[in-house]
Amino acid sequence: MVRSLRKLPRRKICENEGSHPMLETKGPREGQVRIPSGCAIAAIMDRTGGRHDGGDILKSIALMHDRSNGLGGGFAAYGIYPEYKELYAFHIMYESREARAETEAYLDKYFMSEKQERIPTEPVAAIKNPPDIWRYFVAPHPMRLANSGLDEAEYTMQHVFHINGKIDGAFVASSGKNMGAFKGVGYPEDIGEFYRIQDYDAWAWTAHGRFPTNTPGWWGGAHPFTLLNWSVVHNGEISSYDANRRYVEQFGYDCELQTDTEVITYLFDLLARRHGFSQETAAHIMAAPSWEDIDRMPPEEAAYQTALRTVYSSALVNGPFSIIIGSDEGLLALNDRLKLRALMAAEKGPMVYLASEQAAIEIVCPDAENVRSIEGGQPFVVQLDSVVAAKARESAENCPAREKPFRHEVEVHPRRKERAHA
Amino acid sequence: MLDYVLPRYRVMRDKDLCIQCGVCERSCSNEVHHVDEELGRVTANNAACVNCQRCVVMCPTQALAITRWPQVDSGSSNWTLETMQDIAKQAQTGAVLLSSMGNPKPYPIYWDHLLLNASQVTNPSIDPLREPMETRVFLGSRPEILKVNERDEKLSAPLPPQIRLDVPLMFSAMSFGSISLNAQKALAMAARELGTFFNTGEGGLHRDLERYADCAIVQVASGRFGVDPHYLGAAGAIEIKIGQGAKPGIGGHLPGEKISEEVSRTRMIPQGTDAISPAPHHDIYSIEDLRQLVFSLKEATGYSKPVAVKVAAVHNVAAIASGMARAGADIIVIDGFRGGTGAAPKRIRDNVGIPIELALAAVDQRLRDESIRSTVSLVAAGSIRSSADIVRAIALGADAVYCASAPLIALGCHQCQDCSSGKCNWGIATQRSDLVRRLNPEIAAERVVNLVHGWTHEIKEMMGGMGINAVDSLRGNRLMLRGVGLNEKELEILGVKYAGE
Repeated sequence: MVRSLRKLPRRKICENEGSHPMLETKGPREGQVRIPSGCAIAAIMDRTGGRHDGGDILKSIALMHDRSNGLGGGFAAYGIYPEYKELYAFHIMYESREARAETEAYLDKYFMSEKQERIPTEPVAAIKNPPDIWRYFVAPHPMRLANSGLDEAEYTMQHVFHINGKIDGAFVASSGKNMGAFKGVGYPEDIGEFYRIQDYDAWAWTAHGRFPTNTPGWWGGAHPFTLLNWSVVHNGEISSYDANRRYVEQFGYDCELQTDTEVITYLFDLLARRHGFSQETAAHIMAAPSWEDIDRMPPEEAAYQTALRTVYSSALVNGPFSIIIGSDEGLLALNDRLKLRALMAAEKGPMVYLASEQAAIEIVCPDAENVRSIEGGQPFVVQLDSVVAAKARESAENCPAREKPFRHEVEVHPRRKERAHA
Repeated sequence: MLDYVLPRYRVMRDKDLCIQCGVCERSCSNEVHHVDEELGRVTANNAACVNCQRCVVMCPTQALAITRWPQVDSGSSNWTLETMQDIAKQAQTGAVLLSSMGNPKPYPIYWDHLLLNASQVTNPSIDPLREPMETRVFLGSRPEILKVNERDEKLSAPLPPQIRLDVPLMFSAMSFGSISLNAQKALAMAARELGTFFNTGEGGLHRDLERYADCAIVQVASGRFGVDPHYLGAAGAIEIKIGQGAKPGIGGHLPGEKISEEVSRTRMIPQGTDAISPAPHHDIYSIEDLRQLVFSLKEATGYSKPVAVKVAAVHNVAAIASGMARAGADIIVIDGFRGGTGAAPKRIRDNVGIPIELALAAVDQRLRDESIRSTVSLVAAGSIRSSADIVRAIALGADAVYCASAPLIALGCHQCQDCSSGKCNWGIATQRSDLVRRLNPEIAAERVVNLVHGWTHEIKEMMGGMGINAVDSLRGNRLMLRGVGLNEKELEILGVKYAGE
């Protein structure tokens, strides 16, 4: 069967109680068609790991109101669940009771849940008919994990894919540890208020305001897009989309939503998590130096760059984009090679600010220093101080995930003893 | 026996313009024209005309044009004149019908049903005159995961050998023997100038072309003509030819009279003997045998150059290509049924194989379904007619394409389909020294270089319109294509949406 033409699972909207009439738009929903969008993006991070509430990020993204059109907004926050930091925090949106029942039965089978609750929200006039939004703090079911032959992250990812692709009316908004995404249909400032993001403390915040050309129609299509600890906010329309999609789909990533953000997240997951590259190298692969530049390099460096471009030629991202990628390590910002989209950076002490517009930084930090625009194709990396220190001790060789021993096998007590072979 | 075969063409000579200079007579190796001093006019033996149009181009007064023979057929759509003439020929000779060049039958040309995209508003198109626009590609196999030392910016293990193309097209295999040395030299010179490759075919590498060996892909075909360690070692890459789009499942036969001293030396066979390429390789009766040959060639060359395997596009091509990748092929070449040839049985050429567009799409998708597409290179061949066809082929999933007919047309070929006669008036498909001399390799190379430069500009314009500045991002990017006039099954196999979707 030709994959690109397979029928995407249609998310039926349930007719019974708990359905959302507003979601029944005439046009196709996100995932059934590809919807080009323009956007506003912003991020704030404290390198020391100090946590700050969502007030500033809300103010920053609200300033760029005109860059979105009320059809999508959201936030990702890192460090918000320190009491459950060892557990995967699933934020799941439901469009019906049946979807929740089915999802919870599924989670019950494959995960052990420490806590589950409705995410507290506040009525906001502009936000109509939100889905039912829950969060779960879970660990993979130990036996099923051991029998899966997968590592913990891969196991969790596969089950997130299952819920998103196979359970009608359920969508996992985020699935990382000690992080979460808060997103929906509306202007970002209204979405932030709805989720009460000012009441969460995080060491890194990212935000997104969307300007889709069509009505995406449902909350799952809003951004940030997330997977495990990754969250991606993006502004642009990549022209390499189908080349990138068909590349990652070889390796089990199903691009259900047909969005740029989704495929960029999967590329990052493939390169950084599975292939073991640093985030900087992963970004470098996606916005590779030009052949003209490579031809001017000394031979050994040129050979290195040529090999990266040759092996990962289908991971090159083309067309206008500016992205901010959040993870447990920190933030990474990247512009397309030609710098076709705006993205500014600034610092103040341990704080780093990123935004589509300079004004969105200055409104929360009027005396920001080192204000500059991100260079085309040059990854801008901000890591937690603790991560920088840890990285310096690690090998500089990339270690693919499949070559690493499974934590759930080697860290089992009692530890396996080294035995001399006869 | 009375010959029932009618002329196919008729020479139209404008008496008012003709100055009886005799250029047409001297131009024609088929001896069509004759300046008849007694009659005081130029006569034509229409039956000998193959419509190569050399005389039309050479005539200083533009007095000549070739037209079809005006004979009407029987009125039957079933028993067309061509069908009946074929029967007449076979009734006369008892032989297999021989023909040349690509399949001329009106099968669907899928390229012409695929339209390209361009950016409007939501993302900008890119102007290739202002921004870099990259057409460079590498061919060879790659590891799925690259291991590097990021701090030192060094590779932990060397990359398998690659060949570099500055433009995503190469010149497909045409042997010395099937084409003249001057034609091959022109392609070699053009390949060097353009930063791409020509292919020796299975006729060996002539000593005059050894200085272009680094731009050569040398072929190892079932006849193994001209293959020795020197030949393998000199080339940029090696290609095992299993099959050819124009004649899948068929071997080759170069008659002894064409084995001149030079051809004999280059093919390493005695002068005057028939050069017979068996239908299969007699050491490849199965996929595991292919693996042995691939690795024999890699061993022979110290794993220093990529090994390509070329097959004709046949019904089960997707599974075959997947097997080739697993057998160690670094480059997979698929040759569609419209691909050209110097000589093929007409019934084979016109009836065997499948279109390259469908074969390419199926192979690319199968390799992706098997998660191995990124580890091999894929080259499409078999009638690439323009830069737009190249863009379509890459968007369907090819890394690069092979072209042969188009560069030959640049050299003067008019697709008369009479290559096998060895009397090519353009000096291309002939070994007759008086005809070969007509093709000046330097000028011919310049024409090919001009053609490819023009195409490259057009490719850049089309990519820029799509908002793409590197050919890497076009490869397999089927969203850049939309179908028109195709049914659902065709769209499904091509993996493209219908225009308006």
